[in-house]
Amino acid sequence: MTKIQTGLRINGADHRLEADPRTTLLDALRHHLHLTGSKKGCDHGQCGACTVLVNGRRINACLALACMHDGDEITTIEGIGSDESRSALQEAFLACDGFQCGYCTPGQICSATAMLREAADGWPSHVSPDLNGPVTLNAREIAERMSGNICRCSAYSGIVDAIGQVAKGGVK
Amino acid sequence: MNKHLKMDERQSDVLADMAQGTVGRELARSEGPLKVSGRAVYAAESGDGTEAVGVLVRATIANGRVASIDAGDALALEGVLRVITDSRMVRRPAQGTANGAPAQDTSQVDHFGQPVALVVADTFEQARHAAHLLDIRYGVETADIDPETAREVETPEGKRLEQGAFDTAMDDAAASIDAIYTTPSQSAAPMEPHAALARWDGDRLTLHGAYQMLKYNRNELADALGIHPDNVRIVSRYVGGGFGSKLGIGPEAVAAAIAARAIGRPVRVVMSRAQVFEMTSRRSETWQRVRLAADRDGRLTAIGHDARVSNLPGEAFSEPVQIATHFLYGGASRHYETRIARLNRTCAGSMRAPGEAVGMLALENAMDELAHHLGLDPVELRLRNIPERHPENGKPFSSRGLADCLTTGADLFGWNRRNTRPGAKREGEWLVGLGMASAARSNILSEAQARVRLNTDGTATVETDMTDIGTGTYSILGQVAGEMLGLAPEDVTVELGDTAFPPGSGSGGSWGAGSVGSAVFLACQDLRAALAARLGCDPGEMTLKDGVATVSNRQTRLSDLVDEAMEATGHIEPGDTKQEMQQAAFGAHFAEVAVNSVTGETRVRRMLGVFAAGRILNLKTARSQCFGGMIFGIGAALTENLVHDPRDGHVVNRDLAEYHIPVNLDVPRLDVAFLEERDPWANPIQTKGIGELGISGAGAAVTNAIFNATGIRVRDYPVTLDKLLPGLPG
Repeated sequence: MTKIQTGLRINGADHRLEADPRTTLLDALRHHLHLTGSKKGCDHGQCGACTVLVNGRRINACLALACMHDGDEITTIEGIGSDESRSALQEAFLACDGFQCGYCTPGQICSATAMLREAADGWPSHVSPDLNGPVTLNAREIAERMSGNICRCSAYSGIVDAIGQVAKGGVK
Repeated sequence: MNKHLKMDERQSDVLADMAQGTVGRELARSEGPLKVSGRAVYAAESGDGTEAVGVLVRATIANGRVASIDAGDALALEGVLRVITDSRMVRRPAQGTANGAPAQDTSQVDHFGQPVALVVADTFEQARHAAHLLDIRYGVETADIDPETAREVETPEGKRLEQGAFDTAMDDAAASIDAIYTTPSQSAAPMEPHAALARWDGDRLTLHGAYQMLKYNRNELADALGIHPDNVRIVSRYVGGGFGSKLGIGPEAVAAAIAARAIGRPVRVVMSRAQVFEMTSRRSETWQRVRLAADRDGRLTAIGHDARVSNLPGEAFSEPVQIATHFLYGGASRHYETRIARLNRTCAGSMRAPGEAVGMLALENAMDELAHHLGLDPVELRLRNIPERHPENGKPFSSRGLADCLTTGADLFGWNRRNTRPGAKREGEWLVGLGMASAARSNILSEAQARVRLNTDGTATVETDMTDIGTGTYSILGQVAGEMLGLAPEDVTVELGDTAFPPGSGSGGSWGAGSVGSAVFLACQDLRAALAARLGCDPGEMTLKDGVATVSNRQTRLSDLVDEAMEATGHIEPGDTKQEMQQAAFGAHFAEVAVNSVTGETRVRRMLGVFAAGRILNLKTARSQCFGGMIFGIGAALTENLVHDPRDGHVVNRDLAEYHIPVNLDVPRLDVAFLEERDPWANPIQTKGIGELGISGAGAAVTNAIFNATGIRVRDYPVTLDKLLPGLPG
């Protein structure tokens, strides 16, 4: 199959990808661009392990073809923070033990990063008492908004605590 | 230097005399910074992107033989390198600790969804496309799908036990229960799909894999390939969960190794999520009959626990559902029988707490039924039936905090606020109830080795092929070494998951911390003796703390004392204490649920687990282990059900949208409390396993709460709304 050229801006750096058009954004990141922080848990958009930000919004990278994102601004876990300079969420996940095996963790943190922004922008969720905001990120709101990110180790208590801590401290 | 210990006798609590104060602390995971930044590398990511990619192809019959495979269309596709069928490929994963290859020769099909071929191409997209183009013809044979009608059912003598006059006790009982409970197949469903990357260097194979027990996996892989284990190295530094499904070598590893050899290039094989559901092991469905007989005061006079489980023909493993029933409660007369139906369903194997996880659903429901029948508090019923010694073999318990867990849990949870009349508490549309269950999980010590090196800069390095599958092994081994050598956590580096290191115990059976932790402890004891010799004192006269050795008033920095790196290997083996003492960890679960009287939806509102599991090495990772187990319990109680098509046994719901594991909003606030305990008979660091304790009994607390909320007793798991609706008041 003829390869297709795609320009992606990932974590602030430009990347040129020449790949089979069937290549998902997730596989492009993991196996072409060596950004293996984004994880493949199901390849069906059912687990959230592959969550990345595209132009600031969270998506499942396994459900997107890389070539559909020509010119888009993509943020992966590697762009959220490094292990020398961690984001507030990364610190909070460490402190609250918001993970065990670590496989869903990059997706959880990317998802939470975008979720905090959604809440700050007043987006309601299924459990919001008022569709017109403002949103108060209590444990129930956080749990609902993070239910697209499955954790089989079931670190949900720590995940909710970690996000709650950051939400209280304001969105960074 | 080597230090070996066979656990033949009680051990003194050496760790208690150490000064560093690292063990037991609530420390963040030492490998955590890598995981939260996406830099922990899992098996599928260990290549450089130039490796070829293999995709497994599944059988679409339940029983028979592959007559032919026409790979012409597949091979004609661009980038397709090879279609591999090889008599060494394995049809299913090895069972935990098998140490040899599982059933080989994929031309023989014994369940729908088993692998029959591997398509190898330059890229994943090419291989995935080509995998759909194989024209596979079969010779179909009659299959057994349904455990009710299976032609071959075994009733092993070794799984039968009759003690006392069981039937008489049932007949004479003041109160008795005779109930049948069923649980469906379940899937471990770890977040990381099973993956392998194989690379050959001459005759030597390096396999990056997602495995729990490397020393066995290495022998299993070598056996499957027909090569010497010395030529196999397995690396699993980070494993994205296992829960039993990564205990034994799997089809992906053997196929990747064969393919890499055949094409002279590294090959990566990663299962799709659908394949994880049908090609890795499942937990067997169970049919369980529990019979309880009691006197007027609720003292058990008889316990019977019969089961029917299933597995593929020839598989030695069968779900040991009665494992906790044997020792948890007294009762002079006892009866057990297990039938094993031979089915053409995905291989059954060990999933988190094999035995207790589903066996205690039935036992603890039956205890709840008996308490209700007698008008006795369920906590009190359990307290009255804690036996002095093992009720079948008379062994004493090594340590047992069950009674304390029950009473402490009842206090912490506010159990006295429970309405004893089922269905009596209503909040709008919601019926609210409380339930509880005991927790018990056998404690096992497994042979393990670990090497500890004291470096010239005063830091230490721990090396073992033990894995950390999310359990906290990196952290706790560093804490044990730090405690013994007087080092801060950041001064101990732990290297795991590589068969180039000394063989640990592997992760499984909740035995990792006690076994490998003890091996690290022993190595450090040896190093302490060597340091003391250099200081001219007995090890007992020397205090190690913050990198400094103190003897009387003399202080010496470890970095000044160690002029050349010192190394010791610790080696622990189970011994007489295993035979002489009944060893188990115990606990109590409490749950509050609300059941919607109109829709039948159950929401777990809060849950508490109180556990006594010997010394807790790291409060943070231990608590998370228990959370994880309890949430597995919520899944088993309410949603998890791996459905087999009645025609061909195929897994109908082979994805995470249809196999319902708990998601964030399904889980309420959870609390875990540990009781202070030491177990000197278990191992020298006096721990007991906790990885599976949290699930044992957890689901029964939830379903007992449903009964308390609604008065409806559902004995067919999971308790989905369709089973509650007919009995609800609306």
